Amino acid sequence: MSDLTSAGTAVGGGPVGAGGPLPDQPATGGRERSASLWADARRQLVRDPVFVLSCLYILAVGSMAAFPKLWTGQDPRDCTTDRSRLSPGGEHVFGTDILGCDYYSHAIYGARPSMIIAIMATGTMIIIGGSLGLLAGYYGGWVDTIISRVMDVFLSLPFLLGAIVFLTVIKRQNEFTIAMVLFLLTWPVIARIIRGSVISSKDLDYVQAAKAVGARNGRVMFRHILPNAIAPMLVYATIVLGSFVAAEATLTYLGVGLQPPAQSWGIMISTHQVYFLEDPWLLLFPCGLLVGTVLSFILMGDALRDALDPKFR
Amino acid sequence: MGRYVIRRLLQFIPTVLGTMFLLHYITSLAIQFSGNPVRALFGDRTPPPALLQAITERLGYGDPCLDRKGDPCLWRAAEDGGGLLGSGYELGLFFDRLHGIFFNFDFGINLRQQEVTDLVANAIPFTLKLLVIAIVFEAVVGIAAGVLAGLRGGSFLDYMVKISTVFVISVPIFVLGLVVREFVGVKFGNVLRGQDWIPDLISVGVFSPVFKPDYPLASLIIPGMVLGSVSLATTARLTRTSIMENVRADYVRTAKAKGLTNKRVIGVHTLRNSLIPVITFLGVDIGAAMAGAVVTETIFNVPGIGRLVTMSARTGESSVVIGVVTMLVLVVLLANLLVDILYAVLDPRIRYE
Repeated sequence: MSDLTSAGTAVGGGPVGAGGPLPDQPATGGRERSASLWADARRQLVRDPVFVLSCLYILAVGSMAAFPKLWTGQDPRDCTTDRSRLSPGGEHVFGTDILGCDYYSHAIYGARPSMIIAIMATGTMIIIGGSLGLLAGYYGGWVDTIISRVMDVFLSLPFLLGAIVFLTVIKRQNEFTIAMVLFLLTWPVIARIIRGSVISSKDLDYVQAAKAVGARNGRVMFRHILPNAIAPMLVYATIVLGSFVAAEATLTYLGVGLQPPAQSWGIMISTHQVYFLEDPWLLLFPCGLLVGTVLSFILMGDALRDALDPKFR
Repeated sequence: MGRYVIRRLLQFIPTVLGTMFLLHYITSLAIQFSGNPVRALFGDRTPPPALLQAITERLGYGDPCLDRKGDPCLWRAAEDGGGLLGSGYELGLFFDRLHGIFFNFDFGINLRQQEVTDLVANAIPFTLKLLVIAIVFEAVVGIAAGVLAGLRGGSFLDYMVKISTVFVISVPIFVLGLVVREFVGVKFGNVLRGQDWIPDLISVGVFSPVFKPDYPLASLIIPGMVLGSVSLATTARLTRTSIMENVRADYVRTAKAKGLTNKRVIGVHTLRNSLIPVITFLGVDIGAAMAGAVVTETIFNVPGIGRLVTMSARTGESSVVIGVVTMLVLVVLLANLLVDILYAVLDPRIRYE
């Protein structure tokens, strides 16, 4: 990690503090100076209102997904048709939907499938796509050729069309299959990012030094090369979380995603689109939550990129 | 350059074969695990076995490898025992399908035995019109906004472009489409349709919430704009950055020093160079727009390829979905190949080593 730090300060230049970026400063000055890439980034991010706001929003949505009972005491499946489409207010903060179910609790419970799908797909994508990219970049040669060709194959399927194909033929549309389909179609992107950054850093002096000392391939890969790739991966993962939330809703809207007895924002939007003119809130609440979540993830990713890329300092 | 083109072509072949195999394997797996798709035709009735057998054969689902779970259907036992090179096996279902696609232009049939190629041929004019409207809208508005923002960095317009790009990126296209359909098509359209002095072409055609066969071009304008607005933001951002870089370039200063008018410096010298990345993006974006058309056409009920895909997906006709997507993937791959080769022709710096 020390190499990463010095690379960061060397490119970014020393901060305005006196003394300049001399490495022989006493340790007490170390906190004032840029300590490491991550400490620097943290300092910058905490001061960024956009990042803090979107973080709070994501935390709110995340807690809705994890503990819906914190947010609402009502049961979204408790429906009576004689209170169909009540306006927002009173006992039902978001009103009620066409079947007379409480809309607010539906919106709260609807956060869960989106977040589960997004997190599951992103996690698998990082682990499998990341390791394939690492292997391709580190070993090169025929390993790289094979992995790159397979990546080309998966990349040649346009995202939405590919997802429709897979979900149509699978015929079992639940959170797990949707997440796996999203993972299958997007892993090459992260593999490419990792591969690129591995290739650019595998010939650096400190990697050669580690090899000369006798470090095995695994150690060189995970201790010396991978830390370089974590920053771009983190940025991309944050942005992709947002686009997966949007993708889940889009697929559900198209009829190949989750199916109605389940609760999700996509289902709320697609079942109530016809009542938009009489009762616009039926569409505006789920749309607002969805757009807010996607927006927060993208803004977080942008802020992370600015903070983690030393060139922007 | 010759070497580059050849290597690129050699790369193209395994990619195409790999993609075809992926689609083929997914279909085969689906049939192997969820049973004969022909049964869907009969609903909950039990068809006579002979009839089922006959239809299965005719639709091409009769291959025995479709009964073995997990079999990739690459090889089958040769009937005369000899087979390929005396191995006892001959080329299987996958190669039959490849043969059908590349030599007979056969992308399969739906359960009513209509050719997928015919279905696509009927649908493609609408999709093409939609794509053209989207790309033109995206290019004109995106480049104009990007140029204005790039020339005056930090101005009001610059911030407008910045904010709207983030906003447009984060609104999923189906949300945008729904809101536009209801607000512009229905609400605003109803106001227009109530006024007598507005011609029908505008009030019924352009501001219609759904596609109208009577106004085939006019009622595609708003769907096209929705489709184009997705990448509009990226186009504007790209133009903005590119213009900002080029305005500081030496040749622009030279042009100014020569005493050329501002209009000429910007319009001819700067713009021409700045548009290279933008044009590339627009080219690549056609593939993405094709996928976006699936959503737009479903929302606005345009009878194009996208709606064909969603409708078949909803009714579970996977053969149509697979056929159409295979066709589109081939088109996208070919387009990418052409773009790459064109680059090598246009830019002598690009080499594949």
